[in-house]
Amino acid sequence: MEVDVLKRVPVREQEPEVRAANFEEVCLGYDKEEAMAEAVRCLQCKNPQCVKGCPVNIDIPGFIKEIAEGNTAEAYQVISRYSALPAVCGRVCPQESQCEAKCIRGIKGDAVSIGKLERFAADTAREEGIKPQKAESLNGKKVAVIGSGPAGLTCAGDLAKLGYDVTIFEALHKAGGVLSYGIPEFRLPKTKVVDAEIDNVKSLGVKIETNVVIGKATTIDELLDEEGFDAVFIGSGAGLPKFMGIPGENANGVFSANEYLTRSNLMQAFDDSYATPIIAGKKVAVVGGGNVAMDAARTALRLGAEVHIVYRRSEEELPARVEEVHHAKEEGIIFDLLTNPVEIHTDGEGNVTGMTCIRMELGEPDDSGRRRPVEVPGSEFTLEVDTVIMSLGTSPNPLISSTTEGLETNKWKCIVAEEENGQTSKAKVYAGGDAVTGAATVILAMGAGKAAAKGIHEFLSK
Amino acid sequence: MFKILKKEYLANNIWLMDIEAPRVAKTCQPGQFVIVKMDEKGERIPLTVCDYDREKGIVTIVFQTVGASTEEMAEYEEGESFMDFVGPLGCPSELLGMTEEELKKEKLLFVCGGVGTAPVYPQVKWMKQHGIDVDVIIGARTKDILIMEEPMREIAANLYIATDDGSYGFKGNACDQINELVKNQGKEYTRVIAIGPMIMMKFVALLTKELNIPTIVSMNPIMVDGTGMCGACRLQVGDEIKFACVDGPEFDGHLVDFDQAMQRQRMYKTEEGRAILRRKEGDTHHGGCGNCN
Ligand SMILES: Cc1cc2nc3c(=O)[nH]c(=O)nc-3n(C[C@H](O)[C@H](O)[C@H](O)COP(=O)(O)OP(=O)(O)OC[C@H]3O[C@@H](n4cnc5c(N)ncnc54)[C@H](O)[C@@H]3O)c2cc1C
Ligand SMILES: Cc1cc2nc3c(=O)[nH]c(=O)nc-3n(C[C@H](O)[C@H](O)[C@H](O)COP(=O)(O)OP(=O)(O)OC[C@H]3O[C@@H](n4cnc5c(N)ncnc54)[C@H](O)[C@@H]3O)c2cc1C
Ligand code: SF4
Ligand code: SF4
Ligand code: FES
Repeated sequence: MEVDVLKRVPVREQEPEVRAANFEEVCLGYDKEEAMAEAVRCLQCKNPQCVKGCPVNIDIPGFIKEIAEGNTAEAYQVISRYSALPAVCGRVCPQESQCEAKCIRGIKGDAVSIGKLERFAADTAREEGIKPQKAESLNGKKVAVIGSGPAGLTCAGDLAKLGYDVTIFEALHKAGGVLSYGIPEFRLPKTKVVDAEIDNVKSLGVKIETNVVIGKATTIDELLDEEGFDAVFIGSGAGLPKFMGIPGENANGVFSANEYLTRSNLMQAFDDSYATPIIAGKKVAVVGGGNVAMDAARTALRLGAEVHIVYRRSEEELPARVEEVHHAKEEGIIFDLLTNPVEIHTDGEGNVTGMTCIRMELGEPDDSGRRRPVEVPGSEFTLEVDTVIMSLGTSPNPLISSTTEGLETNKWKCIVAEEENGQTSKAKVYAGGDAVTGAATVILAMGAGKAAAKGIHEFLSK
Repeated sequence: MFKILKKEYLANNIWLMDIEAPRVAKTCQPGQFVIVKMDEKGERIPLTVCDYDREKGIVTIVFQTVGASTEEMAEYEEGESFMDFVGPLGCPSELLGMTEEELKKEKLLFVCGGVGTAPVYPQVKWMKQHGIDVDVIIGARTKDILIMEEPMREIAANLYIATDDGSYGFKGNACDQINELVKNQGKEYTRVIAIGPMIMMKFVALLTKELNIPTIVSMNPIMVDGTGMCGACRLQVGDEIKFACVDGPEFDGHLVDFDQAMQRQRMYKTEEGRAILRRKEGDTHHGGCGNCN
């Protein structure tokens, strides 16, 4: 295979026209030959900057070297020392601003495709039935983990490897957190990737009890005092959706992105053999510019709608990953930037008929350092749509904090926890992931789960 | 898996089931609900906790067949199991937050309509167990579709039955019966708890506002997760947006925007219509009937 060392080996994708009408994965990944060719581009730096860019400090040159030499199984074992969900991270990590942003190769040409290589190693290991290493014996201590998202799965996996008896309690009927209910099939296949990585965590001995809402069915105090757990990790995420508070927002046809994505992903509403309905919409406006907005927009597109992204800042400030914005554009999503909704209109039966928006321009920088969008007076116009999907961010659900005595939260309802070990204000209780930081990323949640596993281990082996 | 220990037909397409669900039975309280998912491909169906036995680990649900999923549910038999059964969800009845002294000062009137009679039962039972007498109205279109009359009669101080057509008890709807009790018989109530179809709760709330009696209603909007994650269940309550699954399902009836809530409940009407047709006619139905679009 010919390699230009300055350019990354291109990755195969479904053609935009084809994929816009199906829910199959967009990116097809490297085959072995392509992966080996890409791996050779890594300079095997003595002081690898890429590792510093990865929140869980994966030994990146280490696993890439194994791929370059054709040892895929070894590559997977290197990664799984650091990460419980490599097939997930290889797909959804914002690599361009993390590991790959720091790669030395990126100075003169393209950074090494670290994420795609990670994905290749994990996918191949799964196809060949390679499992992570299980603990040799149990140490007799029990830990409860609340939530089965990336934070909970990582914490549980790490503790199980150390010999703890770990039970995950999950409120929904299916494990995985956002990986299962939020991120769509075409970006993160459920059965093939998510379920398989969850099975890997289970194969370490972790038990997962679904349909248990902590704070309702039982409380953290009861887990500690009555059910015999020695410590608890809270990885309950940030699931509570925000709305704008504009007139017409409760009309029929206005959804939170969480509702739309949950219907489509968790409940598989796009497949007629599943009972849950979804309103596809003919013309859809998605309000917001993050990963969640892109996912909702591309889902609506696949269900057959014309889709507009309505975002109040400019393209530069779009918080979504560059790759996702690029894919969305290729598929035909229309971007109405510097635009903000002011009112939603309805017909006599309460169904959405349109949305009045106002044009924005960028003014002085605000607290976040981004230029603050201000309304252009008199620039209102109406977008004729029958469906509006609000994707304005989420915050932690108060279910747990409001039922746990002595658990400190901050003004955003986030649980307060130490960064290095996950310790909360309450003894024996640790926390991490979106529940602590507010909506962030898969890998940061995993990093927090890892840190807490270490914290819990230190505490329980004292 | 959650086993169906008992199945019983009540009346008017309303079924009762005892489900083996120890974790739920251990902590559930009157006013709370569960979500049932029958199998892999099923919907998540919210149903109120109608009774429970903490020792035996049993939760009782009562449901009416109104669409594709509840019809399928009625086909499950004793001994079979539901795949998922999650709960308790929502907040316990507001009354349980009051002390016994406070409650003894109250003069409570429960108003139930249709399948809503079932969730009233544990609340009245709870009151009875704590030595508090309450009055109950059960409203129904006609005698044949009444449910739970006998068990309710055993625990209510006074049970009033109102039928629209006068085939049994008082002739008139629940509101007429309230008027009769308050205006003609001079009964005084400090609080009304209305549980039933939204339209009934709407008119009861309008009347009690006029009569100046604080009123609690139990809302049943469309739900997906039931944990506060999707916002499908949002309601306008006064000038606030509330999520019924976590903030409710009980709310101040004088503040709920019922018209909006009823409109939102109809959101999937056509989608569900198609689902029912698919179920009844399978692949043989190819449109053109005028009902499926
Ligand atoms: C649509 C969407 C797209 C995204 N795209 C990306 C992306 O491309 N890249 C990226 O890095 N990040 C992305 N993110 C963000 C990322 O998914 C989250 O930051 C990450 O999943 C957080 O992990 P977590 O484990 O903290 O919480 P979650 O994944 O939210 O998991 C929390 C779990 O806890 C459960 N739970 C909550 N309360 C309770 C309770 N009381 N009892 C029991 N269980 C409970 C929940 O049901 C849930 O399963 C995306 C998020 C969304 C919504
Ligand atoms: C907190 C709560 C408690 C409830 N308790 C009971 C109960 O004890 N007994 C009982 O018979 N019913 C109860 N319901 C209503 C019950 O969930 C619905 O009747 C059921 O989901 C309808 O499903 P379906 O597919 O058979 O009917 P569909 O064809 O889907 O709908 C029939 C009607 O029910 C409405 N509906 C559809 N899905 C839902 C949903 N998820 N939640 C609410 N309404 C919906 C529709 O808009 C329509 O008006 C409760 C609902 C809530 C939210
Ligand atoms: S986990 Fe994410 S940041 Fe770390 S190496 Fe993999 S892709 Fe890069
Ligand atoms: S910085 Fe880039 S080139 Fe250097 S080790 Fe990391 S991936 Fe390889
Ligand atoms: S049902 Fe989803 S938030 Fe209430």
